Amino acid sequence: MIAIVDYGLGNIRAFGNIYNRLNIPFEYASTIDALKDASGIILPGVGSFDYAMNKLNESGLRDTLDDLVLNKKVPIIGICVGMQMMAKRSDEGSADGLAWLDTTVRKFDLKESYPLPHMGWNQLSFLDNPILKGLEKNPELYFLHSYHFESDYEHVIATAEYANSIGCIINKGNIFGIQCHPEKSHQAGITILKNFAEVANA
Amino acid sequence: MLKSRIIPVLLIRDKGLVKTTKFSDDKYVGDPLNAVRIFNEKEVDELTVFDIDATVNGTVPDLKVIEHLAAECRMPLCYGGGIKTLEQAQSILALGVEKVALSSAAIENPQLISDIATQVGNQSVVVVLDVKKKLFGGYKAYTHNGTKQVKKDLFELLREFQALGAGEIIVNNIDLDGTLKGYDQQLISNLKSALNVPFTICGGACSYDDIRKVVRGHTPIGLAAGSLFVFKGKYRAVLISYPNKAEKELLYKM
Repeated sequence: MIAIVDYGLGNIRAFGNIYNRLNIPFEYASTIDALKDASGIILPGVGSFDYAMNKLNESGLRDTLDDLVLNKKVPIIGICVGMQMMAKRSDEGSADGLAWLDTTVRKFDLKESYPLPHMGWNQLSFLDNPILKGLEKNPELYFLHSYHFESDYEHVIATAEYANSIGCIINKGNIFGIQCHPEKSHQAGITILKNFAEVANA
Repeated sequence: MLKSRIIPVLLIRDKGLVKTTKFSDDKYVGDPLNAVRIFNEKEVDELTVFDIDATVNGTVPDLKVIEHLAAECRMPLCYGGGIKTLEQAQSILALGVEKVALSSAAIENPQLISDIATQVGNQSVVVVLDVKKKLFGGYKAYTHNGTKQVKKDLFELLREFQALGAGEIIVNNIDLDGTLKGYDQQLISNLKSALNVPFTICGGACSYDDIRKVVRGHTPIGLAAGSLFVFKGKYRAVLISYPNKAEKELLYKM
């Protein structure tokens, strides 16, 4: 069962709709009980880094998540701010991140006149990875953000270009993160979510 | 490279889909959910839905309708119409909508922009301004479906909204709404150079060629259109359309 973490943030229903159509079992998890038997976890997130961290800390799910991800090695994918929270900290705020990944989320380095947020469909270049199998060579996915992982972070498996190169998908062991929105990216996004479920249920 | 966004705009009135000309003379287009399903199949970049009665009639956003739209929509969705409070914005976003659009509320209570942006992030707060050309040059903003003129200068307003945390500005050109006369290039140039958040222009698109002209000069930009994507021919027969992948590549070609 895929657990979509419901801590009051992010477009959880969009994920549910996709898994419904794919006939992949899932549940919205707002309690420890709902979370603890998950075979895979989706951690959505929108909004500012500090606000999202506060919401997650207040949810009472933080310790369970830490245990499932770090000790039990349950596959997890963080989406957008959900990915950013996996880092130690962010240029955007002062809250501590989950620190599952030893990196810092950066603000775009805008030397020229690129509008922010980075909003719209952008192409990815990616390395081989189970969650990216079946994608066309340079798939386009939907982005909506102003902060990002650095492209030279060692666990980056996909990058995109906007003002500077950004790390948009990462994978370290059981931990995945994606900066763009697979739940709103038509077929390419559906492929990634389906792949993630296969990794989780393998 | 970031692509320009090509965005169908759907107008809702009495739970049905309509299309206006110069903000009046609306024509019934069909069932909104059905339109969303067709746009899903066409893999559109984004979808924008405005409830054009909510503010004028003083009603609150119809959460039931929005919930159905959001559940159906497989691409990013922006909703506008009748949003007056942070709580409304939050409940709409919680239904699975990516962006909320403010118009008259942003003008009457600019603080609302920053209240929402602080909680949900700039990326989900859009301000929509309806503009009309002044008799002797320049543009004025309007609210309430083009019936109330805003005193403040258009560019001053935009700078203020941006500073408060608006993550996108949509400018709707009332003079060109539904006229299929092409986008106003001069207005686009002026707005684009005044803004440092994503900008979307709406009003006047007649053909994919109109879109191509704007992309060529101003990418990345948002190009929104109503009539172009819901009507066919001069008799305005209802036919939902959207450029396919190959047609889109041509639009993006420099």
